[in-house]
This record gives sequence, C-alpha cells and structure tokens, in this order.
Amino acid sequence: MKATKRSTARPTPAKVATGIPGLDELSYGGLKANRTSLIMGGPGSGKTVVALQTLVNAARARNEPGIFVAFEETVEQILADAAGFDWGLRALAKSKLFFLEARLSPDVVQSGEFDLRGMLAMLKAKKDEIGARWIVFDGVDVLLTLLHNPIAEMREVYRIRDWLADNAVNAIVTAKIDGGMSASANYDFMQFMMDCVIRLSRRLENGVSLHRLQITKYRGSDFVAGEHPVSFGSSGMEVGAPEPPEIKHAASTERVSAGFERLDRMLGGGLFRGSSTLITGVPGTSKTTLAGKFAEAACLRGERTLFVSFDEGADPIVRNLSSVGIHLRPHIKSGLLRMYSGRTESIGAEDHLVKLKSLLREHRPRCMVIDPLSALAKAGGLIAARAVANRLIYLVKDGGVTVFITAISEGEDPQTEATELQISTVADTWIHLSYIVRSGERNRALTIIKSRGTWHSNQVRELILSKAGPMLADVYTAGGEVLMGTLRWEKEEEDKVRTTQRHLDFDDKRGALQVAEADTHARVTALQLSLDRQRVELARYSKDNDARITSSTEREQKLGRIRNADPTERALAPSGGKRNGSNASNKGKADGQRNGG
Amino acid sequence: MTRKKAKRPADAVVTMVVLKLYIADTAPNSARAIANLAAICKEYLGDGFELEIIDVLEYPQRALADGIIVTPSLTKLSPSPLTKIVGNLSDTRSVLHALGIT
Repeated sequence: MKATKRSTARPTPAKVATGIPGLDELSYGGLKANRTSLIMGGPGSGKTVVALQTLVNAARARNEPGIFVAFEETVEQILADAAGFDWGLRALAKSKLFFLEARLSPDVVQSGEFDLRGMLAMLKAKKDEIGARWIVFDGVDVLLTLLHNPIAEMREVYRIRDWLADNAVNAIVTAKIDGGMSASANYDFMQFMMDCVIRLSRRLENGVSLHRLQITKYRGSDFVAGEHPVSFGSSGMEVGAPEPPEIKHAASTERVSAGFERLDRMLGGGLFRGSSTLITGVPGTSKTTLAGKFAEAACLRGERTLFVSFDEGADPIVRNLSSVGIHLRPHIKSGLLRMYSGRTESIGAEDHLVKLKSLLREHRPRCMVIDPLSALAKAGGLIAARAVANRLIYLVKDGGVTVFITAISEGEDPQTEATELQISTVADTWIHLSYIVRSGERNRALTIIKSRGTWHSNQVRELILSKAGPMLADVYTAGGEVLMGTLRWEKEEEDKVRTTQRHLDFDDKRGALQVAEADTHARVTALQLSLDRQRVELARYSKDNDARITSSTEREQKLGRIRNADPTERALAPSGGKRNGSNASNKGKADGQRNGG
Repeated sequence: MTRKKAKRPADAVVTMVVLKLYIADTAPNSARAIANLAAICKEYLGDGFELEIIDVLEYPQRALADGIIVTPSLTKLSPSPLTKIVGNLSDTRSVLHALGIT
C-alpha cells in the first residue's frame, strides 16, 4: 500500500490514495474522501485507466470493494483492455469489484425522456450488498447525451451528485470533455460541482503521442499545479510528478573510479558512489569513449552495469570503443554488462522511462551509462523530455546507482547551459568536453565544471585517445595561452631549447664574472705591491732625513770646533747626546753648542 | 411490485404481448410512461397483452438482474424478438414500431 502523505502546509481534508504513482504526490495524498472527483479528457486520454487503477489499488491494498459503472464500453471490453496491466482485474471483478454495464445497446429504442433514478436505486442496493467504498461512473456523458436535452442532462448530473453525497462513497466520474473546447461545453458545470477535477489530455507533438495530466481544481486542498507527463507501463498509469517532494538519497563517501586514474585524480579521488555525472560536449568530443571507459572500469570491479544508448546500436558502440582500448564484449558475455539501444523517435520520452525502469529492475546495475540522454529531447516534447530526464536521474539515484550521463551540447561554451534538458543542476559532477582548434588541429579539452562535495582540479586538460584508452595531458598554459596537440609539443620543445639557452647564458655570465673577479683580484694584488713599495720608500725617506739631520749637526759641531765657539746650552744638559754612544764625548759638546746657537 | 393483468379471454387466439415496465416510484418520467403505455395498450392491443410493472426502487436487485439501466424502461418479452424501449414512451410511433405493431 502506498503511504498517504499529507501536506503540512495547511489542514487538508481527509484523502484517499489512488495508488497511482505521481498522482498522490501531485494531490498531496490522493482524492478527497467520500467526495466526487471528475476526470475529464478527450478520447483515449486515460480516464478509464485512472478510474480503474484507483479501484484496483483500493481493492488490493485496502481491501475496499468498489463498483464500476461502465456507460461507454461493455464490461467485457473493459476487462479485455485492462488485461494488459498486471492488475488481475478479471479475478477482482469476481470478488471485490462489481461492474455494471450501463451502456444502452444500439438495439434499444428510445422513446421520450428517461432518468437515472432507477439505476441509482440499483447501485445503492449493490453498494449496500458488497459494502462498496468506491464508485466509478465511467463516461456518464455517453448515456446522458441520449437525452438530447441539456437541461435534462444537467438534472441527471445533479441527481448523481446528490446520490453520491447521500451515500458517502469515494466517487470518480469520468466524462469525455475537453474543458470547454468541444461541443460538450454544457458539461462545464460539472467542474463546478465536483470537489476535485483532473484533466487528462493527449496530443501529438512532433509525431509522438504525449499524455498529460493536470489537476485543475481541488476544493480545500493544495495541489501541484501544471501539466504533468503520464506514462503507461505494465502496472498501469504513472504520472511524472516534477520532482519527488523530498529527496532522500543517502550520501555515500565511497569513491568509485570515473574510468581512469588521471581523471580520478582530477576529481579528487574519483566519483562518489551513487552520484550522477554529466558529460557534455559537441559531437565527436569523446563523450561515449569516457562513458565506455567508466563502464569498463565498473565491470572490471565486478559491478553490474547497464549501458543505455540512444540512436546508436550496441554493436557499433562496442566496436568503436574497442578501437580505443575499451573492451566491453567480455563483460557482455559474462552478463555483467547489459547494453540497451533505444530509438528515440519511435516512442515518447515517458515510454523510454518506463522501459529503462524495467531494465533497472531486471538488471539491478550498480553503475549505469545513458548515452546520450539529450536524445530524449527528440522523442517529442522538450518539456516531457526534461521531466523524464529529471525523473530518470532521481530514479537512478534513488537506487544508489552511479550514473554517467552524456549530453550533446549546442555550443562550445558550457555556461550557455549545455543541455536543453537542463539536467546540469541535477548532476553532481559535470565534465565538459570541447574542441580547441588551432593551426589546423582539433584537440579535445576536458574541464570539470563542477563536482559536488569534493575537491577537483580547475584546470583544462587535453584528452588524448590512443589504443591504450583515453588519457589526459597537462595543457601548455604559459603566458595566458592554452596550447594543445602539436602546438603544445612545439611549445614544449621551444621551452626545452630556451632552458638550454638559459643554462648556456648563465655559464657565460659566470665565466665573465669570474674573469672580472680575477681581474679585480689581480689589480688588488698589484696595488698591494705598489703600496708595499711606497711604504718601503717612505721608510727609506725617513731614515735619509734622520741621517741628513745628524750629518748637519755634526757639521755644525765640526764647524764650531773649528771656529772655537762657546759650547752650546745643549752640551750642558746631563743626558743630551746619549743617542750616539760611539762619539758620546763629542756629542755632549755638540748639544751644548746647538742649544746655545 | 404492482402487477396489472389484462383480462384474458378463455378462447384467446390473438398472440399475447408480454411486457415489463420498470419504473422509479412516482418519478415524473415513470408516471408518464405508465400513462403513455396504458393508452397505447388500450388503443392497439386491446386485451391481448400482459404487463408487469416493476418499481426499481423497491426491487433493485431484480432490475439489476434484468439488465435495466435507466428508468423508465419497457421490455417486450414476447413475441420474439425481445425488444427494449427506454424513456417515458411519449413517442408513440417509435413505441409501436418497437413492439411490432404497425
């Protein structure tokens, strides 16, 4: 049984779950209990399915008996049509559900007006008999239009409304009306009468049939407004609620490889288990190669992997990937890897979702690749594709599957929102691949635009494909230039030459400096020598002077002696002429003579 | 259940028309149907008919079993083929045609 969620925003009336995935989320719990809901829509829009599925779910999950009044089709037709769903309706029709065929056969002659009083009396009896909690009036307009009288039709609708109010059952009325668009505009008043109005529509968009559901009215309760995509699977209808009201993904800290070591390093150690990675890029930028590498790495770890490709067969992909050293075939053989190729244009995006869901159920993968998810946008209706893409990502993440999604971007600039599907906000990691064209070469560049919850390199890397698989190289980013491929190689060579040159230049300079140093040193030595010489000279000059003084004194003394002059005062001083011991006697006389003179 | 039986002459050679009329109590359409049918029978069938009037409000299960959908409903059980007419029988011509009276 599907749990009934109640909106906490404001007190809501008691509700009963329909059990239709998505619808109970949109209506915050289901239909209003003991009240009447109107399901309207054109032919083939799924009105009967909504009603039947609700009855089946109520009967199976809550053991609630129900009555189905078929105005439009025979009971046999309804049972046969519903046999495609896994409801076991035929068995239920024998136990919990009562089908009343209220379709006037074409043989019946009509003469004058009739009313539903008798039928309602019969239904009351049946309801009391089986204890029905639900009643469906399917296609009531078919019978009422036989009245050919709008006033009478309205009267009968009011009769039904009053009957439902008196009987306190959960009621669903379906009517083939398009909300005032068609001739049956007289049924507009039904919308005013009902507590809840759900409109279904089916239209063609780009040749693909799209089903939509919209809650247009819900008395006394909030609901999610807007049109929502509807898909039909083996369990019946499913409504694509835009997003689950609450995201309950467990955040894993376990890292798994994104494919190869260098990329893991750029991502700070790999991808988080259960995260989603978006790879965008224009065609030919190796999105599939990266995805294939991721898938191969997952298989090599022994993890079950699902590879979904759109508009390209599994075989060509496997062959192409093997040319770059990614070998998937052994893993397909071992059953670890499941390849699925879908043609996007044949069925609607919702149908793809249903198919992928069943694949996920069957294969139970731990890792998954969708290549390219953007192809879904081709499957009719961008809005539907967006919703499907989001739901798909949430679905995969709910299952804890690590998913690699590729998307073809329209432009080179990832900032212009690479994907029409607007999934980049949902993705945890976003890797963008681009071409850098320079001097006749096209090189692939890889950038990590975001990676939630982990360090990641902000640098552009060159993605190189070889027989050994993809690898990443540092790009040459000197002087504000980003160079790749041959240019990078050239620049690197140029760099090497320049480095050598620098070494040589350095050596030269050092040599020159050494020479200069030696020169200065030599000059210093020479100066020192001349200094020494000058000192010696100076010393010699001082001695000469002394000698000259001595000799002149001696000459005076000699002259004095010769002239017999008075002894000088100096000769009287007691220790006057001690300096020249050799002629002390003469000297004493000379001193005395000099002082006197 | 109201059961109205026409007088049946002992030496009846005329084919008996066996009719069942399902009504919803005294609802306007039901009352009109009874009146219209009575007039038709009186005028065209004389004594050669057998009519049972069943109030669905009273016998809903029986009406269900008989495959009745709306009220009023008239069923001609005999002579064959079985014919069903719905409505208040105000269109005499179509009623006569359906009953095989021309």
